[in-house]
Amino acid sequence: MKHTISVLVENHAGVLARVAGLFARRAYNIDSLAVGVTADENVSRITIVADGDDYTLEQILKQLNKLIDVIKVRSFSESELLTRELVLIKVNCTPAQRAELISIAKITEAKISDISVNTITLELSDYSNKIKTFEELLRPYGIKEIVRTGTVAIQRGSASLTI
Amino acid sequence: MSEKKMTVAKAMVECLKAEGVKHVFGYPGAAICPFYDELISSDIEHILVRHEVNGGHAASGYARVTGKAGVCIATSGPGALNLITAIATAYMDSIPIVAITGQVNSDQIGRDVFQEADITGSAEPFVKHSYIVKDPASICDTIKKAFYIAETGRPGPVLIDVPMDVQLMETEFMYPDKVEIRSYKPTTEGNKLQIKRVADAIAKSSRPVICAGGGVFLSDAREELAALAHKCDIPVVNTMMGISNMDMTDRLYFGMIGMHGVKPANYAVSHCDLLILLGARMGDRAVVALRNLSGISVIHIDIDPAEIGKNVNVNTPVVGDIKKILVQLTETVPELKHTEWTDELDEVRSRKTAVPDAKPGTVCPKLFVQELNRQIPKDSIIVADVGQNQIWTANNICLTEGRFMTAGGMGTMGYSLPAAIGAKKALPERTVIAMCGDGSLQMQFMELATAVQHGINVKLIVFVNTTLGMVRELQDKLYEKREIAVDLTGSPAFDVIAEAYGIKAENVTDISQAEGAIKNMLSSEKPYLLQVFVDKEERTII
Repeated sequence: MKHTISVLVENHAGVLARVAGLFARRAYNIDSLAVGVTADENVSRITIVADGDDYTLEQILKQLNKLIDVIKVRSFSESELLTRELVLIKVNCTPAQRAELISIAKITEAKISDISVNTITLELSDYSNKIKTFEELLRPYGIKEIVRTGTVAIQRGSASLTI
Repeated sequence: MSEKKMTVAKAMVECLKAEGVKHVFGYPGAAICPFYDELISSDIEHILVRHEVNGGHAASGYARVTGKAGVCIATSGPGALNLITAIATAYMDSIPIVAITGQVNSDQIGRDVFQEADITGSAEPFVKHSYIVKDPASICDTIKKAFYIAETGRPGPVLIDVPMDVQLMETEFMYPDKVEIRSYKPTTEGNKLQIKRVADAIAKSSRPVICAGGGVFLSDAREELAALAHKCDIPVVNTMMGISNMDMTDRLYFGMIGMHGVKPANYAVSHCDLLILLGARMGDRAVVALRNLSGISVIHIDIDPAEIGKNVNVNTPVVGDIKKILVQLTETVPELKHTEWTDELDEVRSRKTAVPDAKPGTVCPKLFVQELNRQIPKDSIIVADVGQNQIWTANNICLTEGRFMTAGGMGTMGYSLPAAIGAKKALPERTVIAMCGDGSLQMQFMELATAVQHGINVKLIVFVNTTLGMVRELQDKLYEKREIAVDLTGSPAFDVIAEAYGIKAENVTDISQAEGAIKNMLSSEKPYLLQVFVDKEERTII
């Protein structure tokens, strides 16, 4: 089962290595990982999507909490969260195909970020499944390159995770 | 405290003094020389070990008997890397040590210069926390935090890596009185409702047992454990790390559980209706005894919430400091009697297995340890190494007020002598005996020089059977007696080795010599080695 875990950490050098190392040495699977600074510049937020049963999730949370640089850890159920990933996809695109691809971009609310004689680069920020569909739609044109971030997540409504 | 300008190296020494450190165990090298240069003018005694790993083990032995963090020092690169096994050993056993390493100059880090190793990176899986000091102004705060983190909560090793150029920089010395780490606040008070639940479970149980681990030592809760056991008439068993946390002659004490445990202890945990795990990690070697927990209510009391439910399913968890929880619990529970249950366990305990006569020229290790029990002072410290020697010692030693210690979690060969040196340095008035095999002795006998040089009166008992007995037992049992790489032929005569170090040694080839040899060893004011010859067919699991 997939779990989304938010980890607030001290914004020090080496903290990400400690968190990633913990997952590696205890054989926890990471699907995606995203890290960035929070409103407080001394605090970073790591969002991890991990795979595992309830026992594994409990151990992940407890072991993360033991790291001295970890300030707060929480896992969320899917319904609590608003999640986003960012993807940049460079697709083959002849001048004749431009209109089709622009219409796909419109339907999916993707942005046309770059264009060349024979390619087009589209940008989409959305939740994981939508990005998957987007990729499927573009595949027939010939995808040259995909660059994708890990999932970031924030609680829906007024609740927030702060230190 | 007023601020004073000095080098970081001097500040490091001043910080150690402010922490009350009297002894450090180490091995110098170029990158840590600025620190050593300042150590000269301090009253901290430096014990020069003969290999860095043993500095770590000595600090660990020191910490085990004092409860205060032991300090070890090494230089950059290979010196620091040699410490890792000792750091990992301390981590597995939750022992507070502060390891200080020199690092290459900060502007050279990452360029693969001479004796450079990423020690904080390499040691990361085995430390409670680590620091690399780049800002000279942070040194005092860092050392204060290192001791605090090492000694509080679930104790463990903390590493401080200091580049050589930083050691030479100027800073203001101001040792903080207090530590504030917003992300580190270990729970010490047990939840009252949970404690009430435990008390209710005890009151309801007719066959309770306490399995006490190393956490009882870490929490200094020996008396509190005995108080609860006596008030509620609850039998006590140990994990290996917990041995001697209860008077081993107490009628309620039934020995060590697990793969290498004793029958009454394993019987107790498999026939109880309530199992109270107390500061015990329940490692895989101990869990063997708990294969079938159906119908048993399990309570787990530990300061580390991550240990609860990790290896054993638990009905009632209590997180906090064992000493505090035991006090509260003992106040809450009624006085109880479990005569039927303790009689049943007494009966199991009374089943004696006959000890066969040892082959001529050899000694039965069990009988030897029993003779040792008759002679050692009540408060002796016994340090067992790893292998058959460890199990023979663990299952036969009988301590009332003394302390048994071993590298239970990591099973690190070569641990006993350096750890004994550390323990003896901390408590010089106590008798400290390292027990090892001829395999493990050859991983550590360079430390005989440390004992001689620093006048540390440790005793060493080596069981000699010219084989790696524990591995051989495994090969005999699981690999159809296909033995490989367990024959230690070519090993030296250890009495001659000891004498080369100026240490008196005696050989014991027959149990009749044990009494006299032990007497001579204990009455000597100097290090002493007993070479006890054991038949290689002697087993640990009977």
